[in-house]
Amino acid sequence: MEKQLALQLRGITKRFGNVLANSHVDLDVYRGEILAILGENGCGKTTLMNMIAGIYFPDEGQIFVDGREVVIRSPKDAFDHKIGMIHQHFKLVDLFTAAENIVLGTREEGRYSLKDVNARVTGIAHKYGFHIDPQKKIYDMSVSEKQTVEIIKVLYRGADILILDEPTAVLTPQEITRLFDVLRRMRADGKSIIIITHKLHEVLEVSDRVAILRRGEHIATVNTAETNESQLTELMVGKKVSLNIDRTLPDHPTPRLDVTHLDLHSAEGLHVLRDISFTANGGEILGIAGIAGSGQRELLEAIAGLQPQITGDIIFHNPKKDKPVTFFHKSMKRVKELGAQGMFHDKNMKPVSFDGMSAGAIKKWVESGDVLFKEDELIDLKAKTPLEIRQLGVRLSFVPEDRLGMGLVGSMGITDNMMLRSYRKGRAGFLDRKKPKELAEEIIHDLEVSTPGVNSPVRRLSGGNVQKVLVGREIAFTPKVLMAAYPVRGLDINSSYTIYNLLNKQKESGVAVIFVGEDLDVLLELCDRILVINSGAVTGIVDARTATKEEIGLMMTKTDRARKEDA
Amino acid sequence: MNIWLNFLIDSLAFGATFMYGSTGEILTEKAGHLNLGIPGIMCMGGAGGCLVLNMIGKSGLPGFLIVILGILGALTLSMLCGLIYSFLTVSLRANQNVTGLALTTFGVGLMKVIMIKLDATVYLVGPKQLYRWPFAGRQDSLQCLGVLFFLAVIVAIVSSWVLFRTKAGLHLRAVGENPATADAVGINVTKYKYLATCIGSGIAGLGGFYYIIDYMASQEAYLSLEAFGWLSIALVIFALWRPHVTIIGSTVFGVLFSCSSYITNISWIRVTMAMKPLLKMLPYVVTIIVLIISSVRNKRENQPPQSLGLAYFREER
Repeated sequence: MEKQLALQLRGITKRFGNVLANSHVDLDVYRGEILAILGENGCGKTTLMNMIAGIYFPDEGQIFVDGREVVIRSPKDAFDHKIGMIHQHFKLVDLFTAAENIVLGTREEGRYSLKDVNARVTGIAHKYGFHIDPQKKIYDMSVSEKQTVEIIKVLYRGADILILDEPTAVLTPQEITRLFDVLRRMRADGKSIIIITHKLHEVLEVSDRVAILRRGEHIATVNTAETNESQLTELMVGKKVSLNIDRTLPDHPTPRLDVTHLDLHSAEGLHVLRDISFTANGGEILGIAGIAGSGQRELLEAIAGLQPQITGDIIFHNPKKDKPVTFFHKSMKRVKELGAQGMFHDKNMKPVSFDGMSAGAIKKWVESGDVLFKEDELIDLKAKTPLEIRQLGVRLSFVPEDRLGMGLVGSMGITDNMMLRSYRKGRAGFLDRKKPKELAEEIIHDLEVSTPGVNSPVRRLSGGNVQKVLVGREIAFTPKVLMAAYPVRGLDINSSYTIYNLLNKQKESGVAVIFVGEDLDVLLELCDRILVINSGAVTGIVDARTATKEEIGLMMTKTDRARKEDA
Repeated sequence: MNIWLNFLIDSLAFGATFMYGSTGEILTEKAGHLNLGIPGIMCMGGAGGCLVLNMIGKSGLPGFLIVILGILGALTLSMLCGLIYSFLTVSLRANQNVTGLALTTFGVGLMKVIMIKLDATVYLVGPKQLYRWPFAGRQDSLQCLGVLFFLAVIVAIVSSWVLFRTKAGLHLRAVGENPATADAVGINVTKYKYLATCIGSGIAGLGGFYYIIDYMASQEAYLSLEAFGWLSIALVIFALWRPHVTIIGSTVFGVLFSCSSYITNISWIRVTMAMKPLLKMLPYVVTIIVLIISSVRNKRENQPPQSLGLAYFREER
């Protein structure tokens, strides 16, 4: 079969200031094929595609569509050449219906009638096997529905060349399968599809050819049928890397965090967490899988003390058994109370009683280190603020998904960000800046953070470096429980593995790690157990060593469907 | 005429000032720009109209021409203010609140300078009868329902129709909600922002002109105009960003505002002078109540445009 060229790029170069985003990229796209663009984060995939779609304008180079050279200065120009791009972050107006979003910006003759638009949208959906309600508002839609709207929006404009920027990042396995079916149907219809991704197995599954970019340069284009994962990775990273996470068997997992019957209604009255119960063990990574927005964030926030209106119990097991009592986190009053409850014993296992002793004598005894805890201390974290939790001696670290919103202050330097954890230390109202600075330097050194200095604003660092700073800070406080929400989101392969290894190291040192992830392959490789959450309820806890992706994918979605059947 | 019917018509006529002001502000806000310069722009509109009338008021031109030229004068000056505002906030991406407040200070001040130089016997006495067609010369409040009043109602309805029933309106709302999206589908964001702000300013300017020349029809009217500019901005929230609702909203505001003068006619209510300013607060109180209700109901359609107050820059990520 004669292959027809649809799009050609010749010598495309783009600079942002001093940074070379794309350097002399040549690329061919044929009619009726799916071309995957593969590369690490920051290698210029999206920039390149944005130049085809008219968001950026290339500094050098030529673009040919159907053999004719074209100049694409704006998205409108791109549409005129039948090129349409589906961005990673959907560009939709929330308040509008699907049809209104689709018709937005089109220049058609005749009267504007939403009825006609609805009919045409349904027609396109039918042709390629989409399911869509043109009159549904965007803010009522799931991520996958929004993506459908984006794709139809491009098709409605008669695009023959479709660019999809990381379309699978936010979808469940079932939704991905459905999307790939649609893409194949479009390919059969003679359309050219360019798909940006960094998931290798998807590349192998759906594409015909793969173009690999590295540091803004086009390295190679290979036929999918003739390649494999390790070759692609090598081309992508430039050196051989092992993509294995060393998962050790948990070493004597002991309960560290007991969550029982956790229930939460949001301020808007939505039932975001429904009767959640689980135990996180020390020395184990507990993964949390679920569609984005199923309550993962609220769950972690509830444990971290940021959701005060929860019901249920969150019990922290402080591993204190046979450890000496100190006044570090406890007042004399509290020690006396616990003593009266018979919580302590001495080195000879004899129960400790403070009856009739003076405060001075108790102090002396406790400070001698002879008073030991009988059992692990149980601390209820419910309805406590993060500060109260810390003052109770619970070492809980939280890496939130919103790094520069909740995790770090973007306009402050690394040192200042370290101090967010230790600002209460220091004497008489003055801050102790020395230790945080040392810590900052340590993190920069150990985790290979590339930054101009400890005082340059973290906002200016790349996503991977920001994450290293945040994770580094949280780990530096030797947590007993480490919660990380999407810690590798937006990170390239190398940084991701740095983070995985850090989490693994924490696990090996006995920390209970709770890892919220979106990539099921990673969850299955990294975690020991996986808790699947669906619309705020736990649909199961599975062993990550035996579970399959399909099984988890089903658990992520099943009640949703069941609910629809009920309705 | 019955005193209460009189009251109602008076409120309607009074409300037209707000109708113009808030319809103009709604158009601007729908493009994502919070224009706090509306009070100043209304003043400039009033000044512009009066300036033209001061030149042609006794020229013996045909009546309809005087009416149209006056309106054009009001439009010109107020749209010029709108242009300044859009240049600063759209092209230079200056802070919208600061720019708006500065524009108000500027507009109010400049209007006072202009108005003090004008001759009320020329710009007001003659032309006011022309603007009050078809009810000119009546002694009751019906006299205030003139050309500009009916224009206000038409403008409000047409604005709603454009915003919610045409593609240009769809594009404009998209610009105000999510300019990046609008840009990505090839809508000229800058053009829409400029047009909406300038047209909105022109409409608001007519409100100031109407207040001076028709509703108050006095040479001191311009001194109290600024307050009604602020009230117009409050009415935008009351109307939930729908121009046609301003017709009802402005009437309610009119009723609330002028009830202090009519309430003395109810024999069993005793109103002291001290209470009158308190009664004049009512429109603001009602606005706060509407704000509370609309935020409690939390319906997405009743919220301000999503990118209201934010400058748009395409390459910012």
